[in-house]
Formats: sequence, structure tokens, C-alpha cells
Amino acid sequence: MSWKLLKYGFKRSHDEPRFFPEPKELKSHYDVVIIGGGGHGMACAYYLAKEHGITNVAVLEQGYIGGGNTGRNTTIVRSNYLTPEGVKFYDTSVKLFEDLSDEFDLNIFYSTRGHFTLAHTDSAMRTMRWRAEVNKHYGIDSEVVGRDEIGKAVPYMDLECAGHTPVMGALYHAPGSVARHDAVAWGYARGAYNRGVEIHQRTRVTDIRTRDGRVIGVDTDRGAISCGKVISMVAGSTPRITEMLNLPTPIEIFPLQACVSEPVKPFMDTIVVSGSLHVYVSQSSRGEMVMGASVDPSVLHSTRSSFDFVEGLADQMVDLFPFMSRLKVMRQWAGMSDMTPDFAPIMGKTPIEGFYLDAGWGTWGFKATPVSGKTMAWTAANDQTHELIEPFRYSRFADFDLVGEKGAASVGH
Amino acid sequence: MKLLDCPLIGRRPISEFDYVGEVRKPPVDCDTETWAGFVFNRQGAPSVLRERWYHRPTGYWFILDRDTLTDEVKAIVDHREVRYDIPA
Repeated sequence: MSWKLLKYGFKRSHDEPRFFPEPKELKSHYDVVIIGGGGHGMACAYYLAKEHGITNVAVLEQGYIGGGNTGRNTTIVRSNYLTPEGVKFYDTSVKLFEDLSDEFDLNIFYSTRGHFTLAHTDSAMRTMRWRAEVNKHYGIDSEVVGRDEIGKAVPYMDLECAGHTPVMGALYHAPGSVARHDAVAWGYARGAYNRGVEIHQRTRVTDIRTRDGRVIGVDTDRGAISCGKVISMVAGSTPRITEMLNLPTPIEIFPLQACVSEPVKPFMDTIVVSGSLHVYVSQSSRGEMVMGASVDPSVLHSTRSSFDFVEGLADQMVDLFPFMSRLKVMRQWAGMSDMTPDFAPIMGKTPIEGFYLDAGWGTWGFKATPVSGKTMAWTAANDQTHELIEPFRYSRFADFDLVGEKGAASVGH
Repeated sequence: MKLLDCPLIGRRPISEFDYVGEVRKPPVDCDTETWAGFVFNRQGAPSVLRERWYHRPTGYWFILDRDTLTDEVKAIVDHREVRYDIPA
């Protein structure tokens, strides 16, 4: 133990600054109100303040910071998508992620692991080759690998899958990473706060007021606020917000569940995904196996988790990793995924002046945290949709110009 | 285990059912914008949703009114109630 730590331990008061100071009263006016204090909301506030000098900003969060889907995902970051739009967008995000620890002076435990997407059928192999070519064209480190390479990298995996669906190959994405999701939200929040942004937790938006098709303010359970711009970054609560404005969206809410096992010695340093078996798994730095599957079968606005999920997941997982049958599940939970028909987000301007939408994050939101914050901040500051998110615009459905990212969702839905 | 009442044979595990989605009536003879709205947009906020389900073992299609906030089934709906005429 260092002297410094010992001395600190004997001190009567510990003057360590709070990450998020006690909340103040709401002001009557802000230039920008961000609804949702998750990773996306905090990142947007951070970049508004840092890159655009807009600091009269309030982030309103109905629960606590990072308590929604930011704290419920399985923390995977990757950019090996299928469409050029998706690849460019997520690649920017991965590059931003790599520098976040330095930028925040806070360890987000960003750990580059390598990401295997297993293919068990000829058609899956074909999709992998397609994805690899699109990825390489845009300079992404992504390639199709055979059984030998997979076996070497993940020696404990049964490549025969108990004989049902033998692994034929995989798409390997070396930059695939995991990061501590809470720290990403906290780092952005602290950076935003230090630049003058106000963060109000336990503050629920009850209505959004408009006049002549323009946003003029929001009502909250702590009083009314006037503002020029509102950015909605609430993922699973998006339809509740858009309903306040009678803004129709294609978003449907499906619960997405995940779980972790008891911690075991480190044996797997890669991320393994199987679209055919509908599972993904990585080992956390504490040794827990972090596991997820596809979304629940029917629409539900709830974060309850179910036994059916663990049962279904275990059924598939044990085929891949037979010894996992002896592991106990420690925790399970659910988040509300805001699914879109083309598995791409809905971002940018809307038909209502001053209302910006960052939604449709379904099962792919965490990895986009930095880039969506950055592009949404640019969009709100310039009142013009950023070119990187133009393909994800709200009007693409009315224009029949969808993105078609379904092939690259980590598991089938 | 999550269970759902099959109108034909009673309470069964949810894994025996397929969820089809909201029962909706397509607009006929409309402009492209209205049609795009019908094709893509959904009632996303919590509500009592009228939705179609399928029970695989019995091959039975049925319609439920279900509260999407509490997951409570409010009523079983007769097919004739959602029937509409196809224009000639």
C-alpha cells in the first residue's frame, strides 16, 4: 500500500469531488434540452459544449444516469456492418471509442478482443464473405476465417456444436472490443458538466409544447421549461415522447434480455457471436461470461426478465461451450429495444422544427454512443442533418429508401 | 415460465406461440404517403393493442387485445370483428 493511500485513509474528510454534483433547481429557459441521460444523451451534451460552444443545455433523465439501456447492453463495440452507410458510421464510432479514456481521463476499460461471427450454413458463409468485402472496401479490418483459426483462438469451443450445426467458418473483426458501459456515460456526463451543462436526474418530461410546428418548450414533473431545441435520445421510451408530438414512427418496443454467469478464470479473450444459434458471449474483465440472445417475441414495455430466456439461451450456449453447463447464472436483466423495420437507427431532423430524434437503437445502440452524440450535436447546432447520418433520416420510410442492415444485426431477430 | 391462454386448448408455454403483430386495416385507394405510413409506422407507445397470434401445435390463429405495458390479455376477439371488404 502506498503512503499516499494510507494517509488518505486516515484523513477525517475525503475531499474527492463528486462525479455529478447535487442537482439545482431547473432554470426557466435553456437553449437546448436533451431528453434522456444515457450514453447518447450525455455524449450529445458533451459535444454540444465542447465542439459547438453551446453550454446552456439541460439533460433531463427520468431515472438515473446510464440506468437505461446504457447499463443493460453487453458492451460490444464493432464496425463490421453490412451496408456502406452502416460501416462508415460505426467505424467513426470505434475510432472515437479508442481515444475516450484519454479524453475523459477516466478508464473506460476499452479492451480490443477480436470478434468472431460464426457461420454454420452455406448461406451464412455467403453473407460473411459479402460483409468482409464491404468492410475491406471501407478500410475496416475484417476477414473470413476457417475452422482452424477459430479453433486456435477459442480452444474451448466445440466446433461441431454437438453435431447439430457444425461451424463452417466465421467473419473475424480484429477491432471488435468491449468497454465498461457505465464509465462511458459517466465520462461524457462529467465532461459535459465541467463545461457548464446541467444534468437533472429523476426529472420526467411529461409534454413537449409546440407553436406553429416549432418546439417552444417542455413540461416536466418539476415544472415547465422554455427552449428552442429538443433532442430526444431515450431509446426504449421513444414512442412515448413522439406520441406527445403526434409524430408517427415505425418503432416497436421489444424487450432484449442478457445475463452473466458466475466468474471463472479467464479462458476466452475474444467475442463470439452466432447468428444461427441466436447467442453472443464474451468474458468480462472480472471473469463473468456475459451472454445475450435475440429480442423477446412480442411487443412489451417492460424490463422484467424471464426464465424462458435463460432456458433458451443455455440450450444454445451449451452446444457451443459444453462445459458451461456447470456454470451458474448470477444475474439476468432486460432492456427495452426500440426496433425499426430496417435495423438501422432514426436520426436527425424531424418535420417539427427544433425537434431532433435519435432513436431506433434496437439492439445496436451502445457501440454508436460517441458517433451519435457527435453527429446529433452537429445536427442540432447547425439545424441541418449531418452527412454521416443522412441515410438514417426520419423521412426515409416515406421515401421508401430503407437502409437494410438486418444481415448485420449480431443475432437473428 | 411465461404462459398464454390458447383459446382452443387453454394455458400453454409462450414458446409454443408465434407473435404476428397488430391487426390493422390497410387503407385502400390512398396516396403514396398514406400507404408508406401504413406499411412502416406502428402504434409504438404503451396501449391496449389488438394483435394476431398463432399457436403452432394446434395450427390455430387468434386475435387478442393485450395491454403492452402490463402484458395482460384483456379480451379474445372474434375474427369477424376485424373483417373488412376487399374493394372490387
